Amino acid sequence: MSILDKHALLERNATLLLVGSLLVVSIGGIVEIAPLFYLENTIEKVEGMRPYSPLELAGRDIYIREGCYVCHSQMIRPFRDEVERYGHYSLAAESMYDHPFQWGSKRTGPDLARVGDRYSNEWHVQHMIEPRSVVPESVMPSYAFLKETPLEVKNVAMNLKANRAVGVPYTDEMIDNAAADLKAQADPNADSSGVEARYPKAKLGDFDGDPQRLTEMDALVAYLQMLGTLVDFSTYDDTTGYR
Amino acid sequence: MADKHKHVDEVSGVETTGHEWDGIRELNNPMPRWWVYSFYATIIWAIGYAVAYPSWPMLTEATKGVLGYSSRAEVSAELANAKAAQAGNLERIAASTVEDIMADPELRQFAIAAGASVFKVNCAQCHGSGAAGGKGFPNLNDDEWLWGGKPEEIYQTIAHGVRHQGDGETRVSEMPAFADMLAPEELRATAAYVVSLTGTPSNPALVEPGKQLFADNCASCHGADAKGSREFGAPNLADAIWLKGEGEQAIVDQMRSPKHGVMPAWLQRIGDPVVKELAVFVHSLGGGE
Repeated sequence: MSILDKHALLERNATLLLVGSLLVVSIGGIVEIAPLFYLENTIEKVEGMRPYSPLELAGRDIYIREGCYVCHSQMIRPFRDEVERYGHYSLAAESMYDHPFQWGSKRTGPDLARVGDRYSNEWHVQHMIEPRSVVPESVMPSYAFLKETPLEVKNVAMNLKANRAVGVPYTDEMIDNAAADLKAQADPNADSSGVEARYPKAKLGDFDGDPQRLTEMDALVAYLQMLGTLVDFSTYDDTTGYR
Repeated sequence: MADKHKHVDEVSGVETTGHEWDGIRELNNPMPRWWVYSFYATIIWAIGYAVAYPSWPMLTEATKGVLGYSSRAEVSAELANAKAAQAGNLERIAASTVEDIMADPELRQFAIAAGASVFKVNCAQCHGSGAAGGKGFPNLNDDEWLWGGKPEEIYQTIAHGVRHQGDGETRVSEMPAFADMLAPEELRATAAYVVSLTGTPSNPALVEPGKQLFADNCASCHGADAKGSREFGAPNLADAIWLKGEGEQAIVDQMRSPKHGVMPAWLQRIGDPVVKELAVFVHSLGGGE
């Protein structure tokens, strides 16, 4: 009786089969997933990454709600054509605070990993209201309603806390000030020094062209204008990350 | 266990698997040869691949593979090759001023070609693929310049942007909001005067009071002759080119609560030589001074 004949034992015993399958899948998982948590080049440290500000986080939620990721990726691959068009290829660390990440797998529209600081707020608003007014060949739908929809985040602090629970290093100070920071970042007349101190490089001021109202457009544009601008590439050595 | 299940199907003469469900048995035909050999080939290929390319995770890093392949190193090499293929022109551009590039026909031609391609990637979204602009986004083909049309002025605008947060050298100006300073009829009179410079206002009687209001409120930036001032990025109002919209209502709206265009700063993103190429390209579009 060879060992191959023993499979009858597994096939006739559901519990044993389940335990055996779990064992096999675990080995596959450990080999494929576990190294990502300790290999140096997958956890490379870069300067400048910080948790998203409450307004950016709200904008990110809108980005996910509207399904922007269906047509836009946030992942510049290390190919010459992509690097020359979009900028430095994406680093693992740049999505370290994304839960879930927005790499995407389809580009009907362009990649957005480094769209921040590329256009003016006014352009983003106009483009969101009527994409073809600035890019005639665009097939993007209109998102004009974002400018008419007041931004309502039920509990800003809980948003940050939920992210902290999955590993984003929000401090108690950030959580305590979350609701105030959300408003201050998009209000040109507010004292935004706290936002600046807690979230370096955050874009400040009115985003949607109407300083009186805080709309979903404000949040989304604040998020887009931050994308890809956080990492300080002057201190990043490409050669250490070769793989 | 195996032997007691061994059973050969009478019709086909093929051994069965020994499983039986309500009298139905399963033939144990072997896999086709071509399939089996392809399967073995993929296993051999996988072993070769694992040896040649980075694969097995070790303690601090993955095995590098005998080919030493790295996708990031490859893209760096490709970019370096592309630069090398530009035969030193990039170095010459980096070392020259925009004026010098313009003075050297060969270098100028190179910069225009390079600038045209960079323009399509980075600038066309706002200024249009033909650089003709749109409402709120200046046309770069005409000879109307907000901040100056000399090569080095164009360079400065591209490099540091206009009202760009986070660039200390960005071009800044702010038109005050006249909503609280002028009465609605005064705004309309001023707009009527501005329109009269290039066209016919709806109510010619307003032009005369509007002229005085313009001299008192607008001339300090836009000039007594309304031809604008590049020092403040104040547009020329005495030509028929309208950035924020045409007509008296558009002018009233702009005076009441002015819109200020923002252009990003590009120096950090695309680097000095590329900004120079763009400046030469934009200058060559027709309006360069």
